[in-house]
Amino acid sequence: MKPAAFKYHDPSRLSDVVDLLSTLENTRLLAGGQTLMPMMNFRYLMPDHLIDLNKVSELDFIQIEGGYMNIGAMTRQRTLEFSDEVAEHCPIMLQALHYVGHRQTRNRGTIGGSLCHFDPSAELVNMTALLDGTLQISSKNGSREVSMDEFNQGFLTTQVAEQEILSRVRLTLPHVRDGFGFVEFARRHGDFAIVACSCLMRLDALGQIESIKIAVSGLGAAPVRPSNVEKNLMGQLPSKSALIQAAHDVSQIESVSDAYVTASYRQHLARIMTYRALCQAAKSAQEKSNDR
Amino acid sequence: MTDKRSIAVKVNGQTYEREVDTRMTLVDFLRHELDLTGTHVGCEHGVCGACTVLVNGESVRSCLMLAVQANEQSIQTVEGLAVNGELNILQQCFQDHHSLQCGFCTSGMLMTLTEFLRDHPNPTQQEVQEVLSGNLCRCTGYLPIMSAAMDAAQKMREAQS
Repeated sequence: MKPAAFKYHDPSRLSDVVDLLSTLENTRLLAGGQTLMPMMNFRYLMPDHLIDLNKVSELDFIQIEGGYMNIGAMTRQRTLEFSDEVAEHCPIMLQALHYVGHRQTRNRGTIGGSLCHFDPSAELVNMTALLDGTLQISSKNGSREVSMDEFNQGFLTTQVAEQEILSRVRLTLPHVRDGFGFVEFARRHGDFAIVACSCLMRLDALGQIESIKIAVSGLGAAPVRPSNVEKNLMGQLPSKSALIQAAHDVSQIESVSDAYVTASYRQHLARIMTYRALCQAAKSAQEKSNDR
Repeated sequence: MTDKRSIAVKVNGQTYEREVDTRMTLVDFLRHELDLTGTHVGCEHGVCGACTVLVNGESVRSCLMLAVQANEQSIQTVEGLAVNGELNILQQCFQDHHSLQCGFCTSGMLMTLTEFLRDHPNPTQQEVQEVLSGNLCRCTGYLPIMSAAMDAAQKMREAQS
């Protein structure tokens, strides 16, 4: 199949993009095209106006600012993968990026496109949840910032309204002593994960957990931050039994079944993925503590 | 409604100027407008990798890119690999290792490996496996393709030194 006919626009400034969005109807924004183009090829989507963002260079940046990393929505996954800033300040993202599609899709795919498609198991959505991301949404009327909780409006659905565009993501950088782990289960490398889990863990001088973040994808429409599990782990030694208990608690989170994967299988995987991510994070946190 | 644009695209070193429908994909442009039919159309939704070409040296799915987006860009297709009509090292390794049966996936495999071996001249088996996960082959079982890639990497290193 081929895309149905549309009027093509290729503005080079964000101000022109929001102008177009405010005047045109039935528009779609084209970022990397790794999801939108298949949907248009299949004619699931038939926009009258396609606004290509690939010339909007002001949306392509990675900027470290205090404890945060600001990423322009049109920053390609490849750029993130090969970025010295990401490797230095946010190594867990590098680990997650290796699971994002394939080299050929990362060469085009963008972080903004991935977030706006909002696939439940997408690695960059998981990272944004883990790193307490805030999302800047722009329109003709200016910009607003939303949290990941607000951004999430259910399966494949976000806060970004028809006349708006996601312009920037702001992630909280891990602490230098944060150990990290990212694991996922997919039938084949590069497939959408069935369940993925990421974890950041920091230990105090006594080896007890002083900070922990966990994000689990694949249970429902959006990644889950199990705050009760995180809270229970605080102050504990990252012993095998503590991590097994945490993984068990995560597997109790309500899940959904679909045509391919049952809820109970997702929960089973959530337990295993969480345990592995916690073990990875604990190991790397201990190594970082020893370096002190 | 037909929305058309004039584009100038450099393909394998030669610049082509055409007027195209904005909805035309890059792979259809290469095949139908330029008669460069070495690039194959498989799934048309970015899964199979048969349509892989290099855009400014980076491997991309040409079924997921519009021809208008290639305006003023430099494209390399499988037709641009041979040197003076002779198979290049990678292509020769594919022949030597029987790395194709029906040949449908071959051009995509070659383009993926062209980029990969340029950036990773000394890859591990695991790295080759990972990069080839973006290209489907239903004939060979991948092993001959892997052997060709490893052999080509070595021969390319030798040719460099």
